[in-house]
Amino acid sequence: MLDKFGIAKRIAQELRDGYYVNLGIGIPTLVANYVPEGMEVILQSENGLLGIGPFPYADEVDADLINAGKQTVTTTKGSSFFDSAMSFGMIRSGRVDLTVLGAMEVADNGDIANWKIPGKMVKGMGGAMDLVASAKNIIVAMQHVNKAGESKLLSKCTLPITGLGCVKKVVTELGVFDITPEGFRCIEYAPGVSLEYIKEKTLGRLAIADDVTEMSV
Amino acid sequence: MLNKIVKNADEAIRDINDGAVLMLGGFGLCGIPENCIAALVRKGVKNLTCISNNAGVDDFGIGLMLKTRQVKKMISSYVGENAEFERQLLSGELEVELIPQGTLATRCMASGYGMPAIFTPAGVGTEVAQGKEVREFNGKQFLLEYAFNSDFAIVKAWKGDTHGNLIFRATSRNFNPLMAMAGKITIAEVEELVPAGELEPDMIHTPGIYVNRIFQGVNYEKRIEQVTTRLKD
Repeated sequence: MLDKFGIAKRIAQELRDGYYVNLGIGIPTLVANYVPEGMEVILQSENGLLGIGPFPYADEVDADLINAGKQTVTTTKGSSFFDSAMSFGMIRSGRVDLTVLGAMEVADNGDIANWKIPGKMVKGMGGAMDLVASAKNIIVAMQHVNKAGESKLLSKCTLPITGLGCVKKVVTELGVFDITPEGFRCIEYAPGVSLEYIKEKTLGRLAIADDVTEMSV
Repeated sequence: MLNKIVKNADEAIRDINDGAVLMLGGFGLCGIPENCIAALVRKGVKNLTCISNNAGVDDFGIGLMLKTRQVKKMISSYVGENAEFERQLLSGELEVELIPQGTLATRCMASGYGMPAIFTPAGVGTEVAQGKEVREFNGKQFLLEYAFNSDFAIVKAWKGDTHGNLIFRATSRNFNPLMAMAGKITIAEVEELVPAGELEPDMIHTPGIYVNRIFQGVNYEKRIEQVTTRLKD
């Protein structure tokens, strides 16, 4: 079974040289730490920055330079700033190659719910609805089950929807799942996790790939 | 002769009255018009509708106007980080309309470009789509969203000149240039106000035609929500 760092490491294997990537808050942010050596990946921040660098040193902190999680950051060589309309313009027009998001629920048809729990404080969708409606390749990074031990991989989302049929792949602590016409297709299982256990913890339709392998992270 | 300069924030917001619809620039606390928010609190205008990506924190940004109960309605994409906001929302004192961030930005942009509406895929199939017209283009569904109408847009820039030309800095640009284009009256507060001719025309983000009033702000706090750093090796 993976921890959150393992999930981030596995998702980093999906990166390709020259990709423009938007990383959501939480586990997705960790993916930036595992960009393979020698590969150039440009990170997009929806508040108006292409080319997010590492956190600043204490004497470089700049209140005007933050990421979408409102954390202070730096820029990389070749970075650029732009306004919020252009930021979502590059997302909406399909320029961003890969989007990695967290989720509360994913359905076996690729629907995603990640912005609202009825009855609890509603904080808002931020940029999530824009991202899922437009990004061409969306990978969800999340825990397989919620705090109550219930599957977050469902046949239908029970929480308010963020976007329809948009998720392409889900990476959890148990495995890697492609969204296919036959539902979640398990293509890799995490070290020490049995396929039986994955079946037990998955409520949506689940198919096991013929060439399913153990994940290497 | 152009006369856009005002003395300070109090003069800039002098005719903002109860019930006004305001746009306020900024993302989180980054690039917010600190001086004008303080002046609005001093003036005590009430029943404001605020269009702003976020609602500040408890004791800074728009949070200051929430504390004094000056805001009737917030139109935002994300309103976490604010306990007073949550209290007023749950007690029904405050009305909130949550809209996707890209939709918020593009509805500002449409207003500044003189276009009545836009089509966006954000929110199709969600509760955001309720009651909205859906149109299909090239096999994909889009929602019709209207340009905003606001009485005043209040923005913060890094540098400005006496003609109202504005330059923003780093990610404090965010919604500011979009809102600057979208106000019936646009007020810009800047960190440094210079005579016309000192800013390089190629470097201008917002042309002065969009800006009605400009002043050099004072005592910028520029509070940071999350200071994250790394250690030197």
